[in-house]
Amino acid sequence: MVERARSLIHLPETLRKGQPFEVRVTLGHPMENGLRPDGFGNMVPRSLVTHFECKLDEQKVCSIDLHPAIAANPYLSFWVRADAPGTLAFEWLGDKGFVHRETRAIAPA
Amino acid sequence: MSALPRLGRRPLLAAAALLCLQTRPAKAVSATLSLQQMVDRWAGGQPVREGKVRLHIAELVENGNAVPITVRVDSPMSATDRVQEIIVFNERNPQRDVLRASFGPASGRAEVSTRIRLATSQQLVALARLADGSQWSHRVDVIVTLAACIES
Amino acid sequence: MSAKTWCAALLLAALVPALAASGADAADPRRSGLDFMSPALQALQRDDRLNPAMLWVQDGAALWRTPAGTAATSCADCHGEARQSMAGVAAHYPAWDAISGQPINLAGRIQRCRQRHQQASTWPNEHADLLALDAYVAMQSRGLPLAPPDDARLAPLRAQGQALWQQRLGQLNLACQHCHDQRAGQRLGGAAIPQGHATGYPAYRLEWQGLGSLQRRLRGCLVGVRAQPFTSDAPEWLALEAYLALRAKGMAVETPAVRP
Repeated sequence: MVERARSLIHLPETLRKGQPFEVRVTLGHPMENGLRPDGFGNMVPRSLVTHFECKLDEQKVCSIDLHPAIAANPYLSFWVRADAPGTLAFEWLGDKGFVHRETRAIAPA
Repeated sequence: MSALPRLGRRPLLAAAALLCLQTRPAKAVSATLSLQQMVDRWAGGQPVREGKVRLHIAELVENGNAVPITVRVDSPMSATDRVQEIIVFNERNPQRDVLRASFGPASGRAEVSTRIRLATSQQLVALARLADGSQWSHRVDVIVTLAACIES
Repeated sequence: MSAKTWCAALLLAALVPALAASGADAADPRRSGLDFMSPALQALQRDDRLNPAMLWVQDGAALWRTPAGTAATSCADCHGEARQSMAGVAAHYPAWDAISGQPINLAGRIQRCRQRHQQASTWPNEHADLLALDAYVAMQSRGLPLAPPDDARLAPLRAQGQALWQQRLGQLNLACQHCHDQRAGQRLGGAAIPQGHATGYPAYRLEWQGLGSLQRRLRGCLVGVRAQPFTSDAPEWLALEAYLALRAKGMAVETPAVRP
């Protein structure tokens, strides 16, 4: 069964200018490491998410290289500092040309 | 009867295989370095000191499928006093890398949380390189127990 | 891990004392599988921002509003906001379906609705969309006590389920009760044996790395004792579900739970 690319993105309800806030993201993805047998004794082929990046407008927040040790349906949390309203952009990249992108507008008070 | 039934090795070995602990042909693992070799390669000949970076993880893990971790460096993340990158390596999974995180100007803290897979009891090491070039580490020994009733 | 190391680990694990009861009152000895999990895993279930099952719940919420079938109606067209209309519904399943004259679980009810009112096709077992809707609807009863219907027509099914619970199965020749009634809290292969109350399904099982139904979990148990699992449409599954719902009567719905 193909895993649909879908994600959960959680931001705090209130954001303050200049005050770091925590962003939590979960991506639906099996993170198959290529070492697991299926029910018939065949190895399930490798299919991994290998990179995640978050930007606030044109500025980088963080970029993370992910390896097979990251659990399935990868969860990441990281911190952002925003001094003005803007757009957070999230991008996941992986094997076999996998790409998933999301954006969230933020308006810190 | 008081004795628990013996489950036999096969279901348990199958369980471990579900994670990543399965014997593979030698050719697939030829390039795998040891944990210390990975740390040395990252350190590039420069000193690495214990401190500043902290790896938070339960030291007794009941299920190695999804183990929450947080890595953080207490840093103001100002223009000059900030963290360039945080790295986590493992000792006994099929591959040493866990994650590598770098931080840009919109980063609020030098901190990342995620969930990882652990094949077996082992050591994890978190490394951090700061803007001033200093390098820091934190090592944690984790005990991982195997789950019992596994689907084959 | 070598056989010696494995045996040593098992021995060590067997010596670890059973987990102390946390907040279980003396009158009710029943405890959820949640209580047998480490604090880190409990946190995954308790925090919707961390629970991977919420990926499916999000899908379920979208499916609830999506027109389906030749009738091109959505669940919402008839039922409105699930938060109101589905509150308490899951707590009453398995129930009796008057139209078909058979017992039915929540996933079965969703399938019947699709057929009868949306003129849509049914999904195969464990289909992601069915799990998503099942989890979304069941979550609207989260925290409410399980309230299996006081319906005499369900008695034969429940009795069949109880008989299965007590029946030795498989090459290991174990009945469910041997682990989950008699040895709950003891350790098997390094993990605590839970009491087996099915209050959180569909659940995110770490071993599956995904969301799955109670039937899937029961199937895993049968394979675990090296028994031939019932066929996918066998009545035994619903019988066990009905018995388990009665056995867990009054315990809180936890869907979508996280389990090892």
